[in-house]
Amino acid sequence: MQQIPAIDPAKTELNYHHSAEVEAHGEEHPDHRMLGILVFLGSEGMIFMGMFAAYLIYRAMAPMWPPEGTPDRELLLPGINTVILIASSFVIHNADTAIKKNDAAGMRNWLLVTIAMGAVFLFGQVYEYTHLEFGLTTNLYASCFYVLTAFHGLHVTFGVILMAGVVWRSRTEGHYSSEHHFGIEATEIYWHFVDVIWIVLFLLLYVL
Amino acid sequence: MTQAQFQETANIEARGTEPADRHWRDYFTFNTDHKVIGIQYLVTTFGFYLIGGVLATLVRTELATPDSDFVTPELYNSLFTVHATVMIFLWIVPAGAGFANFLIPLMIGAKDMAFPRLNALAFWMIPVAGVLLLSSFLVGAPQAGWTSYPPLSLVTAQMGEEIWILSVLFLGTSSILGAVNFAVTIFTMRVPSMSLNEMPLFCWAMIATSALTLVATPVLAAALILLSFDLLAGTAFFNPTGNGDPVVYQHLFWFYSHPAVYIMIMPFFGVISEILPIHSRKPIFGYLAIAYSSLAISFLGLIVWAHHMFTSGTPGWLRMFFMITTMIIAVPTGIKIFSWLATIWGGKLRLVSAMLFGMGFISTFLLGGITGIMVASVPFDIHVHDTYFIVAHLHYVLFGGSVFGIYAAFYHWFPKMTGRMLNEFWGRVHFGLTYIGFTVTFLPMHALGMQGMPRRVAMYDPKFTTINVICTIGAYMLAVSTIPFIVNVIWSWRYGPKAGDNPWEALTLEWMTTSPPPIENFEGIPVLATGPYDYGMEKIQNTGERLKLMLRENAIASSGQKRGIPIAEAQASTFFSGTATLVEPESEINVDSPADERQDSN
Repeated sequence: MQQIPAIDPAKTELNYHHSAEVEAHGEEHPDHRMLGILVFLGSEGMIFMGMFAAYLIYRAMAPMWPPEGTPDRELLLPGINTVILIASSFVIHNADTAIKKNDAAGMRNWLLVTIAMGAVFLFGQVYEYTHLEFGLTTNLYASCFYVLTAFHGLHVTFGVILMAGVVWRSRTEGHYSSEHHFGIEATEIYWHFVDVIWIVLFLLLYVL
Repeated sequence: MTQAQFQETANIEARGTEPADRHWRDYFTFNTDHKVIGIQYLVTTFGFYLIGGVLATLVRTELATPDSDFVTPELYNSLFTVHATVMIFLWIVPAGAGFANFLIPLMIGAKDMAFPRLNALAFWMIPVAGVLLLSSFLVGAPQAGWTSYPPLSLVTAQMGEEIWILSVLFLGTSSILGAVNFAVTIFTMRVPSMSLNEMPLFCWAMIATSALTLVATPVLAAALILLSFDLLAGTAFFNPTGNGDPVVYQHLFWFYSHPAVYIMIMPFFGVISEILPIHSRKPIFGYLAIAYSSLAISFLGLIVWAHHMFTSGTPGWLRMFFMITTMIIAVPTGIKIFSWLATIWGGKLRLVSAMLFGMGFISTFLLGGITGIMVASVPFDIHVHDTYFIVAHLHYVLFGGSVFGIYAAFYHWFPKMTGRMLNEFWGRVHFGLTYIGFTVTFLPMHALGMQGMPRRVAMYDPKFTTINVICTIGAYMLAVSTIPFIVNVIWSWRYGPKAGDNPWEALTLEWMTTSPPPIENFEGIPVLATGPYDYGMEKIQNTGERLKLMLRENAIASSGQKRGIPIAEAQASTFFSGTATLVEPESEINVDSPADERQDSN
């Protein structure tokens, strides 16, 4: 019979990948927070996939697409919007780089720029909605257009809210640091996701 | 995350660290302990099961006579619609999630789930959505069936339909959040010494289930969002009058709802894989085959959705593709069934209630699977489409599979959840009533469907009356059969005999802690001393001592050829007792069972 040693405080972590035992074992589990975000975003992407699939089926079955009587689409404004959104993806990456160098102020500024770009994008969307010559119920293409872009706009809005939350939390000195900045990484991943979805959506709805 | 979690743990500890100190009020709070959430899930969903059962009884009462005399046809439509929705989205799917919540961290030796607060969020969506769904009766419940096909769903009971959509969206969200949690927990929170292939099979089943949930459920959300626009905004996605296409909805819907049937059955594949070896006292047969066949079922389940749409104008070549892929699913399922049979083959069976339900599961699920092969073939499906044959098939796999699995899991893990044993006699009574009632209810429906009685009708040809009356009698038997179970659970929870830590002499990690487990599940990090299914090769202290004696007696008693297995030096194990004992390595001893002796004599 042998007595078990007292509990090592390091092992009372919820996940074991910081405990000495695991390091001795030479095995590190992946970071569960990042895995959770990625899995969730993959799931979120499937909503868009379902809608894209419906859109493509409608498109394949229609004799003419967009249907007869749909006004020509203006590509200038959505094109500018697309450029802004893609650029904002690079901008938010700068915020991540900044916080990895422990530069909280730089991180905050880059995030504020990204928020501004997201807001411009949303404003552009609303402006486009008010100036389009077809409504939600004009025809099948119009319905798909409005529902898909609005659903994506909802995600953009949520991304802006996330970034605003990160900025709000970073007002405390030392809340984010080079070791502790998962919130920023998660926001960045989410924003890239929104960006990629928009690229697919833009190609499907405007260009093709 | 961890900071908040520590705060929560501290709050719990302020109220008392021992589960025995838990007040019943703790089960009505936003608790983040996975064990509390698991029990919340199970109790809540069981309540919805009773509601769905009442609805089913009303449906069968209506069908006892050919005329529509008990309820109006509109109310009848609402009854079967809400019955199906409640049973699927509020009972079977969340019940699987409830068992997963309770068991996964215990089985892999974790302290809690990966995202405890997300877990609580996923649970608390369920009662909200359930109340929302049931409230639709106040404004005219949905009447389009649980499939809610447009254009029918666009013209009947529109307000109830919208409530139904919102409720199902809620439940889908809850399901996705739960699945994220399970997948991440299993992949990142195992004890350091446990590889994926040393996990209990329930965890493998939950990996497969989570993958299906994550991929398929959002597509249902997309379909329902588009349907909402059709209902509320006057768009024409699924409305033929506006160039829309109802079949697109069917594709999107079944892309979720076919995987949904695997989401509903797969956790209970895992449960059965746990229960059979424990009560047969034999290692599981074909561990890797069972584990990977779950993944195969997941993949195949995603590519067979259109077999629900053979009569929806699907072109012939596509029908052939979906018929073939559907039939291929029988292969991994057959691997599981035969592995289970090989597991109990020649074992020393303990016919406790959990084992009875487990074996009942195999028989009923097998019948349901065979009718599944039948309806997978296109010509037969065209004949029985939307008849009672389909109703019989789905109830055979969902009641005879999932619900039997849930009951088996209840009887098996109730001691771990509450620290008390269920009454064995009433458990057997419950099993007998359930099995007989189930068979009387659903077996005649096959004949009914072959003869052509359509489903979802309140009035039918009088020539079907006899069989319908039999089905109704069976339905009442099923309703009565839950009474012994409910009374048993409530009584045993309070006054049942103390269970001890490991009443079934099992080897998986959840039995290596106290019953019910403490807040942090384990003292320190548990160390695996054996694989999860090494029955007959025990080296673990608490069961090992007695078994070693038995084995030694066997070795002395058997004069045949020794085909023994050398017992490796056991590792020191840090279990609940706080002490560990080294079992001395023995010389070769004979691990035998009656089957082995028979093989020897042959």
